[in-house]
Amino acid sequence: MFPELNNLLNTTPDRAEQGKLTLLCDANTDGSFLVHHFLSFYLKANCKVCFVALIQSFSHYNIVGQKLGVSLTVARECGQLVFLEGLKSSVDVFFRAQAEPHPLQFLRSVSLQPSPEVHAWEANAENLQPLYEFVREALKPVDDGEAAWRCPVLLVDDLSVLLSLGMGAVAVLDFIHYCRATVCWERKGNIVALVHDSGDTEDEENNILLNGLSHQSHLILRAEGLATGFCRDVHGQLRILWRTPSQPTTQRDWSLTYQYKIQDKSVSFFAKGMSPAVL
Amino acid sequence: MAAVATCGTGAGSTGSMVAAGSKNNVTSFQRRGPRASGSDSSYSRLVSIAGTRPSVRNGQLLVSTGLPALDQLLGGGLAVGTVLLIEEDKYNIYSSLLFKYFLAEGIINGHTLLVASAKEDPADILQELPAPLLDDNVKKDFDEDACNHKTAESNIKMKIAWRYQLLPKMEAGPVSSSRFGHYYDVSKKMPQELIEASKWHGFFFPEKSSSTLNIEPCSLTHGYIKLLQFIQNIIYEEGFDGSNPQVKKQKNILRIGIQNLGSPLWGDDLCCTENGNSRSLTKFLYVLRGLLRTSLSACMITMPTHLIQNKAIISRVTNLSDTVVGLESFIGSERETNPLYKDYHGLIHIRQIPRLNNLIYDVSDVKDLAFKLKRKLFTIERLHLPPDLSDTVSRSSKQDLAEPSKLLGPGCGVMAGGKKHLDF
Repeated sequence: MFPELNNLLNTTPDRAEQGKLTLLCDANTDGSFLVHHFLSFYLKANCKVCFVALIQSFSHYNIVGQKLGVSLTVARECGQLVFLEGLKSSVDVFFRAQAEPHPLQFLRSVSLQPSPEVHAWEANAENLQPLYEFVREALKPVDDGEAAWRCPVLLVDDLSVLLSLGMGAVAVLDFIHYCRATVCWERKGNIVALVHDSGDTEDEENNILLNGLSHQSHLILRAEGLATGFCRDVHGQLRILWRTPSQPTTQRDWSLTYQYKIQDKSVSFFAKGMSPAVL
Repeated sequence: MAAVATCGTGAGSTGSMVAAGSKNNVTSFQRRGPRASGSDSSYSRLVSIAGTRPSVRNGQLLVSTGLPALDQLLGGGLAVGTVLLIEEDKYNIYSSLLFKYFLAEGIINGHTLLVASAKEDPADILQELPAPLLDDNVKKDFDEDACNHKTAESNIKMKIAWRYQLLPKMEAGPVSSSRFGHYYDVSKKMPQELIEASKWHGFFFPEKSSSTLNIEPCSLTHGYIKLLQFIQNIIYEEGFDGSNPQVKKQKNILRIGIQNLGSPLWGDDLCCTENGNSRSLTKFLYVLRGLLRTSLSACMITMPTHLIQNKAIISRVTNLSDTVVGLESFIGSERETNPLYKDYHGLIHIRQIPRLNNLIYDVSDVKDLAFKLKRKLFTIERLHLPPDLSDTVSRSSKQDLAEPSKLLGPGCGVMAGGKKHLDF
C-alpha cells in the first residue's frame, strides 16, 4: 500500500468503500505496481481477498508484499487470502487429466475456428463459468456467526491474459458481470481488475473489453507512459477517474492526473512537471 | 526459479519465507532465509550451480545469455525461470547467431540443453556452434582487433572533453577470468569433444509430427502440443522441477532454445494470414512459462515477428514473455549504404525487461543501441552519429541526420571507435 496513493484516492484501510469496481489500466508501461498496492491495501483493511493471479507466481507477489508490509503466506494460512496461481495450475490442467472441474479448465477446451455453425452456448464452449464458481466459493461468507473479515474482495491480474488464452471478450465481460453481481451487489464487496491497453495496435477484443469495463467501473486508474518518452526520474503518469455509473449524470465525472516515480518500497506521486528531479 | 537470499532485503520478521508444508521445493520464485528449516544443503547447492550467479538487485539466479554485452543490458543476465524472446531480424542472420551463443554458453557451463527447431536438425545446429575464447588466448587476440586501445584509453583521464568521462561506458572488451559469460569466435567451430561431452535433447518437428498425441487436441497447433509435451517430459524425467520421486534432485540448469517459433514450419498459420489461429501461440507461451516458473530452466525463443500479419498478436506475445529484445539488421535496407550507420551492423531494441520480485528493475538509460559483429566479438554500443566533416554540407545528409537524431539519447558516446583520424 502506498500512503501517497491512499491520499490521492482519499481512502484509508479503515474506511474502505464497498460495492465498487475498480479498473486498473496500463498503456505503454507496466501498471503492476497498482496491483501490489491494492493487494496490500485490502489485506491491511482486514478484508477477505480472492486473488486470481494469472501472470506471475505466488512468491513474486509475496516478496513485493513484504516490502509493502503484508505477508501473503500468513494471510493464506489463516484464510484471509485465497490465491489462484495461474501459471502453476495451467501446467497441472494441461498435462494431467483432471476429474473434477478446475477453474482454468478452458485451457484444454477444444475451440474450433469461429464459424457460423458453432454457437457460443455449446457445452464445453468457451466461458469462464468454472472460474466464476471458484471465485464464488472462495468468497463465500463464513457461516460460524462471527464476521471475521470485513468485506470480500476479488483481485484479478490480469484480464487481458484471458483473451490470449482463448476466451472471447464477451466471455470475460460476462465473467466480470457475474462476479459483480455476486461480490459487489450481493456481498457488498469490491472488485479490482487490471487490463492492458494496447494503444495503437488494433487489438479489437482488448478494446471491447476495456471499453466495456470502463463503462461499468466506479474508479479507473490509468497508468500511462510519458508522451515524451523514457525518463529516469518520472516513470509515468497516473490518471484517476471517479465515475458514478449507476446514478444519473448530475454529478460530473471527476479526474486527476499525477506523475509518479517508482522506488524500491514505495511510489511517489507529484503534480505534472513538479518532479523533484526538475525542481 | 530459484532465488538466493541477499542481505539487503530484510523486510519481514518471519524466519522462514518458505510456504508451510513444502518439501525442498526450490523451484518457484522463493527466497530462502539463512535460517530456513532444513534446507541449508540445498541453499548452498543453489549458489554452486555452474554458470549461474545471483543478481545484485533482488537475489534472482541468473544465467548468461552467451553475450556479455547483452547480459549487462538485461541487468546481469537472464533470470532462471523466465523466457527471453528475440524478435528476429529480417534475414535471420543475427538472431540465429544469438541462439548459437546461448547454446554454446550452455555447453561451456555444463548445462543440459534442449534444442527445438522446425527448420534444422538440432544435431546440425550443435555442430555449428562457435568456439569459445578461453582466457589465456584472450589478451593476445584482442590486440589484433584494435579494441585494446579503447580499453587502455578509457583509463586515461580526459583533459579537454572531461564531461564525457562522466557518461556511462558500455563494456566492449572481455573481463579477465569471467566465469559468467564467455566470448566466442565465430569463425571457428566448437570442438567436437565438448559437444559430445554435453548433455542435450533435440526436438526436430518434422520427425516428431507423426507420432500420436497423449493429450486430447485442444486449440493449440499440433507442433506446439508436441513441443510442450516434450519439454514437460524432459523436465519431469530429469528432475528439474523436483516432482519426480524417482529421480534425484537436479543440480543443473536446463537451457531451452526454440528457433523460429511462430513460423509456418511449425504448422502455425499466424504468419500467413491475417485471421489465423491467433490463440495457439499465446497459449503455448503461457503454458511454457508455467513450466519454466516451476523448474530450474531458462528459455530463449526466436520469433519472426516481422512476418506476423496481425499486430495485436505481437503485443500479446510481448506481454506474455518476460524479456523481449528486438534485432534490426541493416542488411538489405537503405541504411546499409547510409554513411551514418556504416560502423554498425544493426540496431538492437530492448523492448521489455521484467520486474521480478520487485517494484523496480534495472533499466539502462541508453535507449539507442547498435550492434556490431566482429570475428571474435559481438559488441553492443550506444548509437552515435559521426560528425559531419564534409566541407559542403549536402542536403541529403541533412535529411538523414534529421531522422535518426530524433532517436538519439543525450550526448555522444564515449566509445568513438573506428575512425582513427578523429581520435583526439
